[in-house]
Amino acid sequence: MEKHAEFKKIATTLRKNIIKMLNESGSGHPGGSLSACEIVTALYFKEMRIKPEQPKWEDRDRFILSKGHAAPVLYAALAEKGYFAKEELMKLRKAGQMLQGHPDMKGTPGVDMSTGSLGQGLAAANGMALAAKLSNKDYRVYALLGDGEVQEGMIWEAAMFAAHYKLDNLTVFLDHNGLQIDGENKEVMNIEPIDKKWEAFGWNVIKIDGHNFEEIFEALDKARETKDRPTIIIAKTVKGKGVSFMENKVGWHGTTPNDEETEKALAELGGEM
Amino acid sequence: MSKKMATRDAYGEALKELGRVNKDVVVLDADLSKSTRTNWFKEEFPERFINVGIAEQNLIGTAAGLAAAGKIPFASSFAMFATGRAYEIIRNSVAYPKLNVKIAATHAGITVGEDGASHQSVEDLSLMRTIPNMVVINPADGVEAKAAVLEAAKYNGPVYIRLGRSKVPVIFNEDDYKFEIGKGIMLEDGTDATIIATGVMVSAALEASKKLAEEGIRVRVINIHTIKPIDKDIIVKAAQDTGAIVTAEEHSIIGGLGSAVSEVLVENYPVPVEKVGIKDTFGESGNSDELLVKYGLTAEDIVEAVKKVISRKRG
Repeated sequence: MEKHAEFKKIATTLRKNIIKMLNESGSGHPGGSLSACEIVTALYFKEMRIKPEQPKWEDRDRFILSKGHAAPVLYAALAEKGYFAKEELMKLRKAGQMLQGHPDMKGTPGVDMSTGSLGQGLAAANGMALAAKLSNKDYRVYALLGDGEVQEGMIWEAAMFAAHYKLDNLTVFLDHNGLQIDGENKEVMNIEPIDKKWEAFGWNVIKIDGHNFEEIFEALDKARETKDRPTIIIAKTVKGKGVSFMENKVGWHGTTPNDEETEKALAELGGEM
Repeated sequence: MSKKMATRDAYGEALKELGRVNKDVVVLDADLSKSTRTNWFKEEFPERFINVGIAEQNLIGTAAGLAAAGKIPFASSFAMFATGRAYEIIRNSVAYPKLNVKIAATHAGITVGEDGASHQSVEDLSLMRTIPNMVVINPADGVEAKAAVLEAAKYNGPVYIRLGRSKVPVIFNEDDYKFEIGKGIMLEDGTDATIIATGVMVSAALEASKKLAEEGIRVRVINIHTIKPIDKDIIVKAAQDTGAIVTAEEHSIIGGLGSAVSEVLVENYPVPVEKVGIKDTFGESGNSDELLVKYGLTAEDIVEAVKKVISRKRG
């Protein structure tokens, strides 16, 4: 059997559900959701200690989607894990429904932090990781940042903090797909050398291919073994990954597929409407 | 009223008391712990004190994470930076998910004094009041400040507590003072008009009431320590009983207590209102007392406002 076939299958299911829910909602962000499918799959289906039947379990590992606009990938994973019914996915962004455009911890089981305004997730992750240390608990905290998002000053306030307080129970993924709303990172506001920046801030830095499960799992293992400092896994990804006409296209950051595009996307992913 | 105490000192005392009885209380500061008095907590509970450095956005964001994991964080800085610099973090990371974060900001208002306009927060009540889920408290003296901090720790949700730098007269008696979030306190009764005051202006209101009594004008004096949720009943009753209201606050007349009281009145029982406060202007350097005079925040200013509002009463 192909290595990690099981996880690849889950990632594909997430992708299909992302496409379907965005087609249904007519509003939302496909590009940055599709780029994070392997990362979110690895976390929710292997790495994290969670109890979907008990979403508020005190000793659970936490996940903060700092790039909150990628909510569809989180919702797809939570539904797949059984936090709520899959039918909810098709009510994304509709008035009076549970799944908000950006994650809402008060309204959606399994969402550990409300996010959406960029740059705020890392500080919240720090607070949770620090709370674990203060309470002598062994849960871990995971966060997913966007590469455009690190242009926010608050990210670097938080980066400094996590290293200063030696938060080795914190692991951050940087979804490095290179694109943001107005174009390529390097044209809008260059963030490179991004690995050197985190290193300089005192972090354990690991660079991987963000679509390769082997590398993701290995990086997570290393992060868990690293003591006295937080880890950032800089994951090179492709925005819109898995749907050929969306890949590496700035325009698919916040545009949803119409019926025809949806059919095409699902056909590529090996699924039906 | 001979004794004086700064509300920030009361905050430091309250934190120590809280630290002893509640292990979940965590205190955060942004490099101002000596001024905010959070260092008093730090001395006794160093492991539960967190300095984030000069980084107010991270101060609030970290507090949000701590609260989401079950802690009761008290995040402190100067009012200008805590509410202004970190406004959007407070809105989105704290208030929207209704996390149990207490923001206790010192050096509020114009009485911060010599540092000048850049440090004089006269918009903080307004900023905090517009955010859903946020409780906004502005204590009048040290006794009330301490009680408010202890009560805020019991309340589950975001609270903003406004504290001052300067020593202010002690109005209340610690032995019999009871603080209830959202409940105004009638300090004196009268029939000609009502002075509704908050924070450091409460003692000025009491002084004004005395001066007015000498001229035969009897005013009701109400202390509104909770700007939000505001005590509608006590305000409407004052309008019904006295027919005219003066508000007094060490804050802009736009968006603070005066606005909050006016909103209640126009929706329930409209009467003439005069607002004593900072008149849509920035401050300047100077000592507290000089600034209170220059910006129209003295007992005499309240007296004048009462006379004016009485002249506007409808027959």
